Amino acid sequence: MAVVAFVVFLLLYLTPGDPAAILAGDAATSEDIRRIREKLGLDEPFFVRFGGWVWSLLHGDLGTSIFTNLPVTHLIAQRIEPTLALTTCTLIVAVMVAVPLGVIAAARAGTWVDRTVMAFSVLGFSLPVFVLAYILILVFSIELDWLPVQGYRSIQDGFWEWLRHLILPSIALGTVYIALIARITRASMLDVLAQDYIRTAQAKGLGPRGVLVGHALKNAAVPIMTIIGIGIALLIGGAIVTETVFAIPGIGRLTVDAILRRDYPIIQGVILIFSAAYVLINLAVDLSYMLFDPRIRY
Amino acid sequence: MTRPFRSAPTMFAAMLLAAALVSAGDVRSQPKQKVLKFIPQADLRILDPISTTAYITRNHGYMIYDTLFAIDAKFQVRPQMVEKYEISKDGLTYTFTLRDGLKFHDGQPVRSADCIASIERWAKRDALGQKLAEATASWTAVNDKTFTLKLKKPFPLTLEALGKPSSNVPFIMPERIAKTDAFQNITETIGSGPFKFVKEEWVPGNKVVYVKNTDYVPRKEPPSWASGGKVVKVDRVEWIYIPDSATAAAALNAGEADWWEQLPPDLIPVLRRNKDIRVENIDPLGSMGMIRFNFLHPPFNNQKMRQALLYVVNQQDYVLGIAGDPKNGKPCYSYFTCGTPLATEAGAEPLKGKRDFEKARQLIKEAGYKGERIVIIDATDQPIVHSQSLLTLAILKKLGLNAEVQAGDWGTLITRRAVKEPLEKGGWSIFHTWLVGPDMVNPAVNFPLRGTGEKAWFGWPTDPKMEELREAWFNASDPAASKKAAEAVQRHAFEFVPIIPTGQFILPTAYRSNISGVIIAPINLLWNVEKK
Repeated sequence: MAVVAFVVFLLLYLTPGDPAAILAGDAATSEDIRRIREKLGLDEPFFVRFGGWVWSLLHGDLGTSIFTNLPVTHLIAQRIEPTLALTTCTLIVAVMVAVPLGVIAAARAGTWVDRTVMAFSVLGFSLPVFVLAYILILVFSIELDWLPVQGYRSIQDGFWEWLRHLILPSIALGTVYIALIARITRASMLDVLAQDYIRTAQAKGLGPRGVLVGHALKNAAVPIMTIIGIGIALLIGGAIVTETVFAIPGIGRLTVDAILRRDYPIIQGVILIFSAAYVLINLAVDLSYMLFDPRIRY
Repeated sequence: MTRPFRSAPTMFAAMLLAAALVSAGDVRSQPKQKVLKFIPQADLRILDPISTTAYITRNHGYMIYDTLFAIDAKFQVRPQMVEKYEISKDGLTYTFTLRDGLKFHDGQPVRSADCIASIERWAKRDALGQKLAEATASWTAVNDKTFTLKLKKPFPLTLEALGKPSSNVPFIMPERIAKTDAFQNITETIGSGPFKFVKEEWVPGNKVVYVKNTDYVPRKEPPSWASGGKVVKVDRVEWIYIPDSATAAAALNAGEADWWEQLPPDLIPVLRRNKDIRVENIDPLGSMGMIRFNFLHPPFNNQKMRQALLYVVNQQDYVLGIAGDPKNGKPCYSYFTCGTPLATEAGAEPLKGKRDFEKARQLIKEAGYKGERIVIIDATDQPIVHSQSLLTLAILKKLGLNAEVQAGDWGTLITRRAVKEPLEKGGWSIFHTWLVGPDMVNPAVNFPLRGTGEKAWFGWPTDPKMEELREAWFNASDPAASKKAAEAVQRHAFEFVPIIPTGQFILPTAYRSNISGVIIAPINLLWNVEKK
């Protein structure tokens, strides 16, 4: 994490851009910008600024946004719920659709069922998220008026309103994960279905469902969990396109807006926190292998 | 042995049911309120309308602050927070008395000391305020309701300055807040305006919430631009920032929003198809595009090179490129916003007449152009800037000049335009931008005209003659003298060419048909608006 902190800070220091110029506005003069830069401490040497930031970090302070004057922790906290909600719903949609599809495709390998599932999978990879999002909005929000166009509602404002606002974004974003997880599930299942113990289970009279779910899927779960774990980590880092199209105040938009504005404290804080989260999620995924495969012990 | 997969659907259903039951108990019942949902032109990040000139922050200022004076639709300065004022016969002493009942959102009365501190802070940042400050001897609070301004010399624009409509607007804040360094953002948002800012519900990048200030005492006159009665007819206003234009249009179509401040030209036909939506031009002054040069380095440090472009820039092309529809823009051959008192076409023949590439090439030859590189810095995330950049590039190429566009985002552009070095060290030759109409109405607020060299706006023109003419305008004692002085400023501007105006355009607004009372003004003002 120390390395991440240093690299992030250094990269931002070297990146062109001046938040003081953005802060001052279009009509500002060079002198105005210089004075603002001075007030913000942006004219101080690298190690002075880095040292100050690290000192604050050690006290649990991620700093304050240059533009909004709000604590970075507050800004991130505002976006945790929408981000986690979108992540959770997206992965639920993705896993509930993709895993069965992958299992069916593997069980019917070489048939039209398998080819259809794989074709949809390719479509899922190929279709840009924003195109699918616009189609979903057009059909379900504008034409049918079933679901809202945009926005996020907190779960505290009512469960159904919360869920209604997440359905379309989850489907739009989940499609690419459905494609990915279905393919991985199929590949992993095909590998497992070729094993001797599967033949043994069939020979002992176990039905297809019992073989697929009770034996094959459990043993194929390790790579599937890896992909799901990677998906969680990526989604928590923010799904900028989905968040932009559906106007969801998530981490992705916070980060991109901060980058465009050169709001350094936010960029530094977000990258640091989510590097840590990424490490923890990967650890959780690694530990989950023990649940699916008793042979794996650390 | 556990069977996680078999029980997973059951577990999931149980979780959903639990969540529904839990949240049913937590449902916040909202009392019925009239809520106006407004899609603003940009995301509100900076809350201090003095430390920045960003228009979105100015608009936020109009929601929660009030001003001593304000301009009406006839360009007259009207008292706003002021009940009455007197000007001494020699024009050196102004005495202001505040209206009764003015209170800040924290319940404290508005006092003279608050007004003085606010004006002094504003004058440190604003160009017109700085001119007023140069002429000021002292501000004095006589008592809590009355204060005086003593001038060193007559300053005929005193009331215009105190009623300045656009960035930076002299908003009145509590003294303790107004004592904040003018180059540092304020941290509290307490005003005395018609709305209160609900900071707890502010989600930067997503939502800004205002509620009606029930303690606000509006003036009795009908509203006219930013003057007159500011009567709030809704309980709550939510600024919902929707970064994607197609989504914003869909939200307005679906009724999830009531009013979209500025539409991109390509979505106007989409919204016009909905009979429940009105697409209108409510801004009588529009905005003005411009080409700005770097006066420090070749080739545009040469006046003839700048003059050459006057003969080839076709404002019709720029207006169409920006507005997309000829109905939403028009040429304006003036350095002052067309439709305002000082607008004139004096000296505009090179820009207005038939386009003359031969004349331009002749001027370029006279300038001794030797093929120096010309770099146009562009911001592709700003459509108005980007379209102007591409049009200017086409003109320069047609003239045979060695020009290129270097594209980035707005943040990169405004950082790079502050670089005074030559091109080889990261400099630039041209950039484009635009200003709203009120920011170009006269030589005081029209900051691109200033010729103060290092202290001027980016480009840094040194033009002592312009400063002399501007000073003469400041000292003009009556409207006729002011108009004459402004004409002299413009004639010189068409010689020196600090910028080239590229036309006047309007960005239409769209609102649902159950919204009424929208004020026709160069700024989107949300008082007087009703929602049925």
